[in-house]
Amino acid sequence: MLLNVDHTTLYRYDRPVRGVVQSHRLTPSRFDGQQVLDWAVTVSGGSMGGGFRDGAGDWVQGWTVAGPVTEIEVRVRGQVQTTDTAGILRGHKELVPPEAYLRASAATEPDEALRALAQILINAESPLAGSHALAEAISEAIAYKPGSTQAQTTAAQALAQGEGVCQDHAHAMIAAARAADVPARYVSGYLQSGADGGDHEAAHAWAELYLQGFGWIGFDPANRCCPDARYIRLGSGLDAQDAAPIRGISRGQGTEILSVAVAVQTQEQ
Amino acid sequence: MTPCFNEMFQNGDVRAPYAGLEGWSADMPADVRLAKQAEAEALFRRIGITFAVYGEGGDPDRLIPFDMFPRVFTGAEWAKLERGIKQRARALNAFLVDVYGRGEIVRAGRIPGKLVYQNEAYEKAVCGFIPPKGVYSHIVGVDIVRTGPGEFYVLEDNCRTPSGVSYMLESREMMMRMFPDLFRVNRIEPIDSYPDKLRRTLASVAPAKCDRDPTVVILTPGHFNSAYYEHSFLADLMGVELVEGQDLFVDGAFVYMRTTEGPKRVDVIYRRIDDAFIDPLCFRPDSMLGVAGLMDVYRSGGVSICSAPGAGVADDKAVYTYVPEMIRFYLGEEPILKNVPTWKCGEASDFKYVCENLGDLVVKEVHGSGGYGMLVGPKSTKQQIEDFRALIMADPGNYIAQPTLALSTTPTFVEEGIAPRHVDLRPYCLVGERIELVPGGLTRVALREGSLVVNSSQGGGVKDTWVLAE
Repeated sequence: MLLNVDHTTLYRYDRPVRGVVQSHRLTPSRFDGQQVLDWAVTVSGGSMGGGFRDGAGDWVQGWTVAGPVTEIEVRVRGQVQTTDTAGILRGHKELVPPEAYLRASAATEPDEALRALAQILINAESPLAGSHALAEAISEAIAYKPGSTQAQTTAAQALAQGEGVCQDHAHAMIAAARAADVPARYVSGYLQSGADGGDHEAAHAWAELYLQGFGWIGFDPANRCCPDARYIRLGSGLDAQDAAPIRGISRGQGTEILSVAVAVQTQEQ
Repeated sequence: MTPCFNEMFQNGDVRAPYAGLEGWSADMPADVRLAKQAEAEALFRRIGITFAVYGEGGDPDRLIPFDMFPRVFTGAEWAKLERGIKQRARALNAFLVDVYGRGEIVRAGRIPGKLVYQNEAYEKAVCGFIPPKGVYSHIVGVDIVRTGPGEFYVLEDNCRTPSGVSYMLESREMMMRMFPDLFRVNRIEPIDSYPDKLRRTLASVAPAKCDRDPTVVILTPGHFNSAYYEHSFLADLMGVELVEGQDLFVDGAFVYMRTTEGPKRVDVIYRRIDDAFIDPLCFRPDSMLGVAGLMDVYRSGGVSICSAPGAGVADDKAVYTYVPEMIRFYLGEEPILKNVPTWKCGEASDFKYVCENLGDLVVKEVHGSGGYGMLVGPKSTKQQIEDFRALIMADPGNYIAQPTLALSTTPTFVEEGIAPRHVDLRPYCLVGERIELVPGGLTRVALREGSLVVNSSQGGGVKDTWVLAE
């Protein structure tokens, strides 16, 4: 599938800030499921800093914007050819050992309810069947409801309130998998907008679990499926904060107002 | 407990390295001694050297007691120590490059992956990065104790930012000032080249993108930090800037420091702040101590950070037990310095042994430091032992146990005159283009009679450490 991405993040400050520093994971991963035909990230008024491929295989790019500045636009445009690999991250070069993804983070610290969910994976016939069953159980346990959680909501909190968005589904899946001693990580990326009439956002997130014999496999409890040709993978981390496509900080007193517009569409439409 | 080794007196005879001190101490009248002690304390106070050694906590403004009786090594003793320390520093750095690379030592089954990759000090963010010259730990502080004429054991390694070196330098300064005659009579190896060597070491690991004389800075968390004195002391002696996070900023692919003449590019940062605080974009987002964007610059080769982020995984107390294995694996050599035999409570057979012998052992928390959270079996009451047993049972993996070593003693000035007190040694090994260390190190002394705990937070003091020229 040929996917066109147009993703704009606009930062406005009510008072000029002295400068902005950002770290991006905004470049599609290199693996068998996706091939980048065209890709450009621009930062208005920005100077491109150091870029490198990290041990997890993600391209990380630093940016700085010298102030005073009241508005910054980060724009991502590109075209990616995707193929369905049934969620398997095949042909992805990385160095971080899967074991490093067994560590809990603040957002994925397991509580009793998450440990109970982990039992599904522990007691399953096979790790693969168990992972599917776990994803299913998380879809059931956390209803998709935009606005019901915040960026800081933990897996345990989302599960307790029974509502959340893709970030919460992914966090819960990761927390439960790690509690079952299965390496798991958070993946950020894009999802084709509205093709199936589904109620999801184009800037998306899901979980990957490391299963012996398969390697890393993606699970998207928010959409009750594994990532397929509609998905574009950007980067991974221990949790949403660690895998964030844009991390940034501004120097100054200005209050930040953020607006995001994302469109991911197929060429065929 | 077995009688411990007295470094000065053996069977009533004075050991050779201390020959030059016998008359000096015996002939010193009590009033002179007291006057000298008061002078030393006043000098230490005046220069403001009042800090706790790394991670020891306690009152940052407390003066660490200085003992005037030097601790002495022969050239031959030191030669062996030096070889052993350098060997260790090489192996620890090889280990760090390996576990952030392909992890051959784990693949070969020589150290459990869990211990390394699930360690809190393991930084996924630096995986795949080889710092300039392949060095992660540029200053390795190796804590050594002695139990006999030729018996030395390594207690622990400090691969992050071991402190205390200013005490080593100041103690020497103090002794030369108060007792110049001693330095005429005895041929003592100088240590004053340490700041130059440190500067050269730091400059030697400048990133490839640096095409001029590297600009080195020391990054301190600020004056409220217990080792702030040392940070400013070293910056002064090296002739480099002492900066805080707010003095540095990232622009494009480089790091700059604000100066009165405008921004100046920085090539090497000797940081004295923990990994978690060095870049809010990469580690703790709430940190105000670090520099936003620093890690991206570092990883793309725009600046060097000493010690390299992630170095801490090599000095964990549980990883420590595998250092002899690292020496064999990476260097193909036998360890010159011995590890203290260590039982890991997380392993069933070790756990059983520890529980049965608690009264004879020293038990430590794996991540603890500074003499807190530890049990010294032979010096504890039954109740203390039982309380500690409960802690170990609750979380065995968090504890290691070691035999109580009969630490050597050296003569020390005490209230009643001169008496033996237990000591340890922390030499500072510099690793850059070359591996070097100045002869000696910081000797810490347990001033309380019979005490084996040399940490300053537990009543420890410091001494000048001599290595005699051959």
